[in-house]
Amino acid sequence: MNSDHHVILRVVSKLLIPLITIFAFYVHFHGEYSPGGGFQAGVIFAVGIILYALIFGVPSALRLVPAGFARGLAATGVLLYAGVGVWALFGGGNYLEYNALFEEPEGGHAAQHTGIILIELGVLFGVAGSMLTIFYAFAGRVAEISDEDW
Amino acid sequence: MIEAFVSFAPGWARDHAAPLAVAIPMLCSTLGVFLPNGRLAWFLSILATGASLLMALVLMGLVQNEGIVSYAMGGWEPPAGIEFRIDALNAMIILLVTAIAFLAAVFSWPTVNAEIREEKQNLFYSAYLVCVTGLVGVSSTGDAFNLFVFLEISSIATYVLVALGARRDRRALPAAFNYLVMGTLGATFYVIGVGFLFAATGTLNMNDFSQMIPQLTDSRTVQAGFAFIIVGLGLKAAMWPLHQWLPGAYNYAPSFVTTFLAATATKVALYALIRYLFTVFKPDFSFELASFGLIFMPLAAAAMLVCSFQAVFQSDVRRTLAYSSVAQVGYMLLGVSLATAAGLTAGLFHLVNHALMKGGLFMAVAGVVLTYQGTRVYDFAGLGRSAPWTMTAFAICALSLIGVPLTAGFQSKIALLAAVFANGWWWAAALIVFSSVLAVLYMGRILEAVFFQAPANPRKQRKEAPLLLLIPLWILALANIWIGIDPAPVFDLADDASAAVFTTGGAR
Repeated sequence: MNSDHHVILRVVSKLLIPLITIFAFYVHFHGEYSPGGGFQAGVIFAVGIILYALIFGVPSALRLVPAGFARGLAATGVLLYAGVGVWALFGGGNYLEYNALFEEPEGGHAAQHTGIILIELGVLFGVAGSMLTIFYAFAGRVAEISDEDW
Repeated sequence: MIEAFVSFAPGWARDHAAPLAVAIPMLCSTLGVFLPNGRLAWFLSILATGASLLMALVLMGLVQNEGIVSYAMGGWEPPAGIEFRIDALNAMIILLVTAIAFLAAVFSWPTVNAEIREEKQNLFYSAYLVCVTGLVGVSSTGDAFNLFVFLEISSIATYVLVALGARRDRRALPAAFNYLVMGTLGATFYVIGVGFLFAATGTLNMNDFSQMIPQLTDSRTVQAGFAFIIVGLGLKAAMWPLHQWLPGAYNYAPSFVTTFLAATATKVALYALIRYLFTVFKPDFSFELASFGLIFMPLAAAAMLVCSFQAVFQSDVRRTLAYSSVAQVGYMLLGVSLATAAGLTAGLFHLVNHALMKGGLFMAVAGVVLTYQGTRVYDFAGLGRSAPWTMTAFAICALSLIGVPLTAGFQSKIALLAAVFANGWWWAAALIVFSSVLAVLYMGRILEAVFFQAPANPRKQRKEAPLLLLIPLWILALANIWIGIDPAPVFDLADDASAAVFTTGGAR
């Protein structure tokens, strides 16, 4: 096989990609009280997939995460973000007022936590989906005029 | 009428109209991605823009009954939190944008179906709703940085929409790229300006700005911020000579996109400019007064002259209309540069009227594109006989653009002339009349081809635009006549709007 000399890249990236994905979620769930958050987590998550595409080729990455799925992921992210805002309206608060998400005893912060985690999850989906969509758009682009036609 | 409408509105709509006008199109834009075909996405976009229009009506009623509506996002009180602040000025703009968005959504299906590939139609409508979200957001927010975010949301969606014209004409791609570069420059200038103001004041809330800046008028930081913001927003509003992106973008975008953009996008940027000129900064600051006399007034005059001349020499109808748009922005800026309440009223009145007439003109052109494929003046020859309904509405809007009595354009030009004379600028009055004569030339050339020349292709007889397109077109054409006969309702809105920024001053 002519691609044997990539064996180290393949093995190392197989090892790294799960770690990258886990680290993305670590950054996400710690984002509310330490550096990090949905945007960074989304970038890291998307980078894991993009690394896979670089090593194993765009077609196999497209089998793993289809382009339509990436687009849907981005839309779901925005839907989640805006939806939490509307959920707060139903709870009687202002738009995006996390305290109003659900009833809780005096001094509780569960609604605040839920709100920010869901919002950041929306950002994660949105960023990861958009990054993958942009990557696919560039990587999957074929020249409209082939080189011989010039 | 609007007061009665508000009393019927449910409590939740009254409490949350400001965020819902923005959030409904945003939510629906994401749903559009999952829809299986374009027709469903079209229905969704009608529902979303219609709901947004209802919210805008509620907002307008609330502002007329109770004064300023202030909404604290997420329950965080301004100035720390993001505030949506609606007064008579932006209530009018929101109403204009949502009304045009609704009419454009209704009319869009035949032309989108013809010009956009089938698998892209639902995404096309998603991008359209994102654009509406951004434009309504810019008009509602009271936070300087939030305004930047919404400006970018609407602009990025606009670049995509313009580029989708590539199926009909590949030149849409360079036009969209040109627009992207210029638009990004404008947004960057704006955000640098906001950065300067933030450095000088430590706040991002516009109302807070207006209370702190009077003590800081000698600060170079504030003055530099002012300059950056004016250039940035001037680029977005197609202020001459920063308008170079506009003719290409309007010419090569899909017909529906041109219709929507011509009637809303530059108007919203102009609103943001007015907001900065009259509420954040005050016309009585010496550096701002100098900018009115040395920048806005000469540039407005140049736009009215140069772009009207350029419009006369275009061979393409859409390009003629695009150059005329830049010239009309000149009229609005001339009104603004008077720095009087009457001048601002006239500018805003012309802003609304121009949205109605340009929206109508581009809708009619979209109808012609749908049935005849061509937009050169030559292609329009003889259409008066084969498509009388489309072309009569086109003619009404064209007469309104020229400023013939009994049309909206006449009323706003009279208001502008009165404001100009009150200031003693007799030469500006002469300029308005001369520019109108040029409008007679460039619109008259098209009308002559439409009604008095033999058809270019006699075999294509009796091809009227579809009914779905004719109804919104005639609504706009009749609105032009209605305002021409009874300008009071719209003129009062514009008058309230300019009174809101002039009389209450810093406290708003």
